[in-house]
Amino acid sequence: MSDRRDFLRTTGAAAAAIALASAPRRASAAPAYEDLDRFQSGASKELLLEAINAAKMGGASYADCRIARFRQNFVVTREQQIINVVDTDTLGCGVRALVDGCWGFAATRDLTRAAVTGAAREAVAIAKANRVARDRAITLAPTQAYPNATWKSAFTTDPFEVPLEQKVDLLLKANAEAMKVPKVKFVNSILFFVKQERQFASTEGSVIDQTFVRSWPLFTATAVADDFSDFQNRQGVEAAPMGRGFEYVLSADLPGNARKWAEQAAEKLTAKPVEVGKYDLVLHPSNLWLTIHESIGHPTELDRALGYEANYAGTSFIAPPDEKLGKLQYGKPLMNVQGDRSQEGALATVGYDDDGVKPDEFLIVKDGIFNDYQTTREQAPWLAEWYAKQGKPVRSHGCSYADSWASVAFQRMPNVSLLPANDEATWDDLIAGVDRGIAIIGDGSFSIDQQRYNAQFGGQVYYEIRGGKVAGMLKDVAYQIRTPDFWNSMDKLGGKASYELGGSFFDGKGQPGQVNAVSHGSPPARFRQVNVINTGRTS
Amino acid sequence: MTPRSLYAIAPHLSRAECEAITKKVLGFSTADECRVTVNSGMRQNTRFAVNQISTAGDDYNASVNIRSVFGKKVASVSVNRLDDASLKAAVENSERIARLAPDDPELMPELPPQRYAEPIVWSDATASLEPEARAEAVRAVTEASRKAGLVSTGYLEAQAGSGAVANNRGLFAYSRSTATAYTTTVRTPDGTGSGWAGASDNDFRRINPAVLAERAIEKAKRSANPVAIEPGRYTVVLEPTAVANLVQLIVGSLNARNADEGRSFFSKAGGGNKIGEKVVDERVTLISDPLDPRVPANTFGGDGMPNTRVTWIENGVVRNLAYDRFWAQKSGKEPSFAGGTLRMEGGASSVEEMIASTERGILVTRFWYIRGVDPRTILFTGLTRDGTFLIENGKVTRPVKNLRYNESPIFMLNNLQMMGRPERVSASESGGPGQAIMVPAIKARDFNFTSTSDAI
Repeated sequence: MSDRRDFLRTTGAAAAAIALASAPRRASAAPAYEDLDRFQSGASKELLLEAINAAKMGGASYADCRIARFRQNFVVTREQQIINVVDTDTLGCGVRALVDGCWGFAATRDLTRAAVTGAAREAVAIAKANRVARDRAITLAPTQAYPNATWKSAFTTDPFEVPLEQKVDLLLKANAEAMKVPKVKFVNSILFFVKQERQFASTEGSVIDQTFVRSWPLFTATAVADDFSDFQNRQGVEAAPMGRGFEYVLSADLPGNARKWAEQAAEKLTAKPVEVGKYDLVLHPSNLWLTIHESIGHPTELDRALGYEANYAGTSFIAPPDEKLGKLQYGKPLMNVQGDRSQEGALATVGYDDDGVKPDEFLIVKDGIFNDYQTTREQAPWLAEWYAKQGKPVRSHGCSYADSWASVAFQRMPNVSLLPANDEATWDDLIAGVDRGIAIIGDGSFSIDQQRYNAQFGGQVYYEIRGGKVAGMLKDVAYQIRTPDFWNSMDKLGGKASYELGGSFFDGKGQPGQVNAVSHGSPPARFRQVNVINTGRTS
Repeated sequence: MTPRSLYAIAPHLSRAECEAITKKVLGFSTADECRVTVNSGMRQNTRFAVNQISTAGDDYNASVNIRSVFGKKVASVSVNRLDDASLKAAVENSERIARLAPDDPELMPELPPQRYAEPIVWSDATASLEPEARAEAVRAVTEASRKAGLVSTGYLEAQAGSGAVANNRGLFAYSRSTATAYTTTVRTPDGTGSGWAGASDNDFRRINPAVLAERAIEKAKRSANPVAIEPGRYTVVLEPTAVANLVQLIVGSLNARNADEGRSFFSKAGGGNKIGEKVVDERVTLISDPLDPRVPANTFGGDGMPNTRVTWIENGVVRNLAYDRFWAQKSGKEPSFAGGTLRMEGGASSVEEMIASTERGILVTRFWYIRGVDPRTILFTGLTRDGTFLIENGKVTRPVKNLRYNESPIFMLNNLQMMGRPERVSASESGGPGQAIMVPAIKARDFNFTSTSDAI
């Protein structure tokens, strides 16, 4: 996952040297008037068909075209003042062509017939040029055609229709609540909204129109010791980013939670530093989502396992596939991990992926055993042998995604979630089974190696557990894991009622880098004898 | 070869074009103050995996950001269409939102016209790095790797663009810049060894793909079948890339306001900040100088502030922190910022000398997945990657399994023992050019490794 700090740094008003000193970035702005009219009237669908026909005429055995509008809105505040209000808007067209087993891709901002068919011809030309370097021809797993499909994510109030005053008012109210707490000197809060309208057509006969809305309230309270000897942050990460609208922001209730978060920031100043050692851990879903993301989500991406991401994100300890599928003991039999793009309100949820595939729900880990990788149409055939053994058809799990009309689609993470126990077990039940341990709420610091073995995670608040009960707050806690050992130490899960979603807008992968928004659900879970370090060094 | 985009606009907007655009936008503006920023350019990239090119593309963009102010109310809107109707709509949109915004009591007035030094960040060689030339640079690595029986992956990126900022007080600044980075990871076919090499520069002619290939291949071979060692405190010899991975983290903590507010390593117990205090070894000096020909940067920032030479740490003592205009005014200081360049002064020792003087230690090629743990001490965690070796009795004896550290560049620079000559390196995690950074290799004692990793 990319660093949240980087995002905060670039959206904050203090980011003085904006783009000038750094890279020219991809398009981030508003469409020309006539193009926008064409897009909004639906006339761009004709352009989709023109583009894929042009690719076909050029010799493509398969082609798809995406015309999409991407919008963002940020409202950034601190204490009782506004720091930044930003709107971005961009519209364009990307065409992908498969010629003689090689991909080509080209994109244009201009939504004219000449421009999109020109992009299609360019994509074909690039595919042909890449032929000299071809090792094996790309083949695509079959998919159904969806000739007139529409889909909309789970939002009721479009955040782009909500007046700015209402957004500002909500943030400043939350900030004011936090500032009432003694020692809390600073508050930063942000509302971040994304809207994507994506139209897709492919030579398989699909024409798909989808609308996505995502919302993320961010909140940080900072407490400072009177003598300036210490400071502590508490981020309100339980208000996770979601594939929902402004109604979600209201339900996340920043003003109602701000005081509690601020009080915990202040309490951290006097919390007991953790003693280094092995502890039983009870991890809240607001912490565990990120551990799932890093130690299950990433190593089960098939392109990583086969070496395609070695120069940046890395490879995977779950390789080669034929030695791991059906064999690797990821955890105890209580562990089941699902990949899907169907959970309502989750960030990676879609009707159809960027290959035009309707994603399915699949078990990545089944009864503790590694069972399947995340795949696209290009990748699913690589596992044909495994699927044949299972008596399953070769089909993509629908994990294709491009983060902009100007980006090429590749394999990205679906929602990857740890399924809850089939009982009513609660957070307190898990704690009751721990003699000496630590309960952790919220995600914090995170880092994992390039094959996803060794990871270290922090949190927002830590509580000591003694004799099955919470005994007070700790600070400076981080847990270090070796992925298979950690998941095999998990011995109890919360039940269905305790299941929650966490997630990120900024899962990074690929060169040049693309971001993916993804959610991870889980119940709270208990892990035995995990290595805990104290991060509060002074020299 | 991959053709250039048929839809490529000019690779970047000229000074005259930027003047015309900003003039037009300022003409549409009815706000008390208006600032317009124009960025344009292209990103050219070629990616390879398993010894062959996997993707290649040229990516063009032009965008305009408009910031409108009424009294103390402010809002920004960005657009990527340069036609009159789109620009006018964007101006109106930013004014509409600004009127709705609450007052920003810290809003600073727009700057009057400024004087800027001529930047030295443009290279025609980088700006014209066509797909054919990139493919040739890729082949230098893939062919050498194939011959060596190894598997290479990598990424070459070259950026060329221009930036302009103007406001209704008459300020106008314009510059062109280029940046490029080439990184490669070469692995043994059995996955037991991995070596990395990389370089970043403004001028592609200063990057030698054959040298990178040689270095990554040698490291891949030498790193095969590593042994595990106990984590703990070790003497380390860090190659320049590894030093930059950590030293650049200090830049993120230089904010003077955070220091004065008590929420930074640079906060002083009892109040105030650490300017004037010695925080690291007296041989350490950190400077941002946009006119340093080895690590140049643009000579103005996003609000039109001149980007000038700043010494952050001199002989171990904090000399300056970064002041935005509001905090500078409040504190009676000059505004300053770390404008995309950093240089750490070095010494005269070679890496070989550092190794030869080490009884037992670890040689590190680079670090990875570096994330903050404790802002009070600039403590970060991360892992070694792609070439980690044991030093015994003055010699590199064998590859070791990768290690996780929990360490602060501040602690590390207090435990400094030897320094080499500064080199420009590629220190961004993503393989993009990142900021221009030049640091020496160093030897330091008591580096804190907290666990081992099986990852190769």
